[in-house]
Amino acid sequence: MNAPLHLWMIPLLPFAGFLINGLLGRRLPKPVVTTVALLAPLASFTIVAVAALNFFWHVGTFASVLPFTETCPIAWISVGTLHIDFSLVLDQLSLVMLLVITGVGFLIHIYSVGYMTHDEGYARYFSYLNLFLFFMTTLVLAGNALLMFVGWEGVGLASYLLIGFWFTKPSAAAAGKKAFVVNRIGDVGFLIGMFLLLANFGTLTFSEIADKLAANPGWTGGVLTATALCLLFGATGKSAQLPLYIWLPDAMEGPTPVSALIHAATMVTAGVYMIARTHVLFDHAPFALSTVAIIGAATALFAATMALVQTDIKRVLAYSTISQLGYMFLGCGVAAYSAAIFHLMTHAFFKALLFLAAGSVIHAMGDEQDMRKMGGLRKKLPITYATMTMGVIAIAGIPPWSGFFSKDAILYAAYTHSSLGKALWFVGLVTAALTSFYMFRLWYLTFFGESRNPEAHPHESPWSMLGPLVILALLSFAGGWVAQGGRIYAFLAPAIGARPEAAAGDRLEGILSIFAIAAAALGWFVAYRFYRQKPSRPAELAAALPAGYKLLANKYYVDEFYGATVVKPLLAFSTYFLGWVVDTAILGGLAWLLGGVATFCGALLQRWQSGNIRSYAAWLAAGAAALLLFVAVSWPAFLATFGIHLNLAGRQ
Amino acid sequence: MSSFLAQDVPLQFYLLLSAILFALGILGFIIKRNLITVFMSIELMLNAVNLSFVTFAHQWHAVKGQIFVFFVMMVAAAEAAVGLAIIIAVFRARATLAVDRIDLMKL
Repeated sequence: MNAPLHLWMIPLLPFAGFLINGLLGRRLPKPVVTTVALLAPLASFTIVAVAALNFFWHVGTFASVLPFTETCPIAWISVGTLHIDFSLVLDQLSLVMLLVITGVGFLIHIYSVGYMTHDEGYARYFSYLNLFLFFMTTLVLAGNALLMFVGWEGVGLASYLLIGFWFTKPSAAAAGKKAFVVNRIGDVGFLIGMFLLLANFGTLTFSEIADKLAANPGWTGGVLTATALCLLFGATGKSAQLPLYIWLPDAMEGPTPVSALIHAATMVTAGVYMIARTHVLFDHAPFALSTVAIIGAATALFAATMALVQTDIKRVLAYSTISQLGYMFLGCGVAAYSAAIFHLMTHAFFKALLFLAAGSVIHAMGDEQDMRKMGGLRKKLPITYATMTMGVIAIAGIPPWSGFFSKDAILYAAYTHSSLGKALWFVGLVTAALTSFYMFRLWYLTFFGESRNPEAHPHESPWSMLGPLVILALLSFAGGWVAQGGRIYAFLAPAIGARPEAAAGDRLEGILSIFAIAAAALGWFVAYRFYRQKPSRPAELAAALPAGYKLLANKYYVDEFYGATVVKPLLAFSTYFLGWVVDTAILGGLAWLLGGVATFCGALLQRWQSGNIRSYAAWLAAGAAALLLFVAVSWPAFLATFGIHLNLAGRQ
Repeated sequence: MSSFLAQDVPLQFYLLLSAILFALGILGFIIKRNLITVFMSIELMLNAVNLSFVTFAHQWHAVKGQIFVFFVMMVAAAEAAVGLAIIIAVFRARATLAVDRIDLMKL
């Protein structure tokens, strides 16, 4: 089968939507804006879905076509031996990613129609959202690291624009700036990684790098480790891992659907995708791979503890996102890339669902995000309650909801990987218990008990918002089905390697599952005891452990620590050295000097321009006389009469 | 052929006379304030140059120099006609011929 896939249309259709709504949106009637904004992701999703369905109907034939490469006939960069094309590659990995991005993206677009309907920046919002889809699909389809970097930067831009969407709010503008700057710090790692790739492989095309590594199976460590660590640093920036996770909680300043799409389901998973895409490199750099696993596990635990005491419903979900991304990194770090991608997929479903449901709650409560002022919403928002319950159970890891399967796959892969893996498995297990606790805490605080805000008059959201919730709830429940019989792993195997099989077999997997379920149940039980049975208990515990509570409530003072060690010295350096010394003194002084010299010379020459015709005539005559002297007099001979001999080289 | 220029007066004297006349012209142009005097100084400079032309034409036995003198005289005549007309117009407009007072293009 040689069906034309038209991969280029997948990113460019949302881009067209961005151009139309971005340039003309303010003058177009609202229904037209909505239609354009929704059609773009729908069309992209259709293309991807048709490709995916083709795969399932013609398994043998289509599988032989993958990876399918589409290259723009015009070269992008062609310098010496370096040749970089606009090449798009569809393989099993990018197919799964595209389905998630365009599918969940389309649902969130629909949701946004309801959520943003009264906003002044309606067209601007949708143009940014389409722009995000353009860059994200470019990132995923890119066949080389440079094109991926374009998408990588682009989603950062879209994220910045959308976090600061309500830019008149100073905290939103600051959050956007913070996200952008922190991402840029990570990007330095990505860039250096690319330079190292260029220096050692002479190419940035993923398939060529894989070929060269396959030709040298003994090549490990050294420069490969350095490259992989640089790429990992880039990934920690985009995927909000230690040490660069700090921007994501603040990113919750953006509209809630944006948090769902960009800061939960898709963009933040770009780091995981990048590691999976360059996994051959990590396979040849065991140290870097272990670092990925350790960073992942540490972030998962660290973020989960911070989520325990948050009172803002969106911030709980933000820390939970960081924690779940930590799981994905852990999966990558133990070389279970397909398990990580599987978790990425299920996480996209249930985390998008949780955010959208939280958005529905916030909408109902009149833009109230503090869980302490909610409560008793079960009866008032029945559909939101039902769908959010699905999401909570899925993320807590209770079978047969999807989150259980993907989380279990990662924990199992960690346990069977190495002795280090067993320690990381334990960290993952503790995190699972914490996850279950804070999610059920959110659930109880929001939906159960008595309303703690008598002034609120909650009302269920419109169907444009509830529809996506219902679909995502179904996906969160049934998403694990794709892993039945290892189907997703087998499907992804040609692109990112098979899931490592353990010698211990199914019994070990069963035992580990029981541990995971027990952890989830424990978390639920504790949350029930604390927030349902005796709601005064959390305050008592906080009073009993003031130091611990303060540490968690202040998020380990990491922001303060970065502020004191990085931001402040940098600002001082910029203000005093760069600002005062370099800019004001050196550059300003030079500019002032140049201007002063010109003014001075001008003031001198100005005297010639007297406006007196006779002085002009005198100067003219003097000039003519000087010229005459210069031409008519034989200077060497003239000067020789005074004993001066000019030594004009080559004139003799 | 050379009956106009006395044979026994050397070339340098003619040139010196020409230079003196030219210098006087410049001096008059620069220091005099009356527009008509300035105008006459210009005529003086032109004729000083004419004298040089004639001198050299005689010296080198070349007729080109003499032809050039006719051109210069013709231009000087035309210039005199136009220049005097302008001077009259200026005098009518400003009631003065002092060059210091008429250094602006606009009225």
